[in-house]
Amino acid sequence: MVGDVLVTSNKITEHSDSNMTQAGMHTDKNNNGKNKNCKSFLEKITEKTFLICSLISILSLITISVFIFANGTSIFFKVGFMDIILGMVWKPLEGKFGILPMIVSSLYVTAGATLIGVSVGLMTAVLLAEISPKKLSGIIRPAVELLAGIPSVVYGFFGLIVVVPLIDRYLGGGGNSLLAAIIILSIMILPTIVSISETSIRAVPKEYKEGSLALGASHIETIFKVILPAAKSGIFAAIVLGMGRAIGETMAVILVIGNTPLIPNSLIERARTLTSNIAIEMGYAQGLHRESLFATGVVLFVFIMILNIILNVFIRKAGEIN
Amino acid sequence: MKLRKVRDTLLKLLIWLCGFITVGTLAWILIYILINGFSHLSLDFIFSEYKGDSHGILPMIINTIYIVLLSLIISTPIGIFSAIYLVEYSKPGKILMLIRFATETLQGIPSIIYGLFGFIFFVTFLKLGFSILAGALTLSIMVLPTIIRTTEEALKTVPVSYREGSLALGATKLQTIMKVVLPSAISGILNSVILSIGRIVGETAAVYLTAGMVTRFPRSIMDSGRTLSVHLYMLAKEGLSFEEAFSTATILIITVAVINSITNMIAKKIKKSTVGT
Repeated sequence: MVGDVLVTSNKITEHSDSNMTQAGMHTDKNNNGKNKNCKSFLEKITEKTFLICSLISILSLITISVFIFANGTSIFFKVGFMDIILGMVWKPLEGKFGILPMIVSSLYVTAGATLIGVSVGLMTAVLLAEISPKKLSGIIRPAVELLAGIPSVVYGFFGLIVVVPLIDRYLGGGGNSLLAAIIILSIMILPTIVSISETSIRAVPKEYKEGSLALGASHIETIFKVILPAAKSGIFAAIVLGMGRAIGETMAVILVIGNTPLIPNSLIERARTLTSNIAIEMGYAQGLHRESLFATGVVLFVFIMILNIILNVFIRKAGEIN
Repeated sequence: MKLRKVRDTLLKLLIWLCGFITVGTLAWILIYILINGFSHLSLDFIFSEYKGDSHGILPMIINTIYIVLLSLIISTPIGIFSAIYLVEYSKPGKILMLIRFATETLQGIPSIIYGLFGFIFFVTFLKLGFSILAGALTLSIMVLPTIIRTTEEALKTVPVSYREGSLALGATKLQTIMKVVLPSAISGILNSVILSIGRIVGETAAVYLTAGMVTRFPRSIMDSGRTLSVHLYMLAKEGLSFEEAFSTATILIITVAVINSITNMIAKKIKKSTVGT
């Protein structure tokens, strides 16, 4: 016991300026050689337990990837990669597994939602960080947070009962449409974009702003020509995160988009995204049909991976700047 | 000079307009659903079963609670232990990078993919069937990154001097973690748990494909059960009853609002205590 204390305190003085985790590791090593009592055994066991727990996330990721890919890639060889990815006809019961319409619709929906969500969200972030009085920001910010927490299916329901009838009344076509999905998704990604952009706008050093103002630029000019460019990595990260949320959203989209597996020719036509394709047909799909849904999942997975890589690049850049 | 002023004013107007759109949309959604929901909401609706003429949501509430508790029982210890390992034990290196990569990727995977995975792995491969257990297992993987991330942040705010003090007094590393570090980080850890509750309650796609949609009271965790969010989805999708859908949505929104205010309270407390030291 005494040795234990001595070793520990010894190490503390030696490593007092290095970080704690390293000091801890050294202590453990020294303990091993000197006294193998029950306490240090317990220490070892718990450390291993902690390590195993943290390996579970790696294990989960591997299992998820393996099972999705194992179930979703064999159909590419059976039916033909091109026939699936570039196929225009989705009739799984007749052996036609073309998911191009879903890929195109997913991209349309994501692009549309990002365009609207980013323009409105970024301006809201500017308002919160730079323009509105502190008190007002203090009211708006929790409201935006609440918006982020609301379950997606509630948005879908709102879209179904409010947005769809409005589109039907003013633009025709029944209302269930690409446009309805874009509107609902842009509302859903707003909170993500507002809060992350606001954080990165606030992280811009005060000197930038002061310098620009001192040179005679107006506040608005400073915002658009100095602050926003300086915060651009964080803003891009917000955009990519928002895109990820838009392309991955399922239930809200199913409720408003109409789910017809054709490439839409206009905003008020029905469409079906990759996600809704999976959720709608998974309940009753068998055999090759089920595999084709997993293949849809694989395509979605690949899209998300690409977005993740882009996101990591931006986050690293933002980290470097700060 | 005049042109510049006009342009500035226009841009400022645009910014205010966008802020107004954001807040207006939020208010519109909330007010619309709450007003319609409350007009139908009754104790009878909340506390009766979903059988025959009675269209209560009590079974869904019970199912939701089951799934939340079970997911938390599985994911909280794993998440907290991982965070402890990452902050207190791990050295910079390959394992740390791998774990970081894994949690970040897991965070970005859309819920429908979790649903697909849960369906093929827990429901089919492990033969759990559509069950609360399968749903909870799927959701625990889904919320794991949130718990790890938030707990890590909480552990990092504990000053190094606390650890040094404890070690200098002769406490072992484990004692220091259990008796000094964890108690000081408790509110942040609690926050991570509450955040995950919000995510589990709001999840639809992953639960729908793993826990099924039976509207009975669950007899055990091996029973299939429909959560509140899935119930709302079914009501809206099948067009069964918009009144019930409004009320269910109202209950979901109230739950989320309560969860949000708790996390805000905790965040304020953390801020106070860190500013204090």
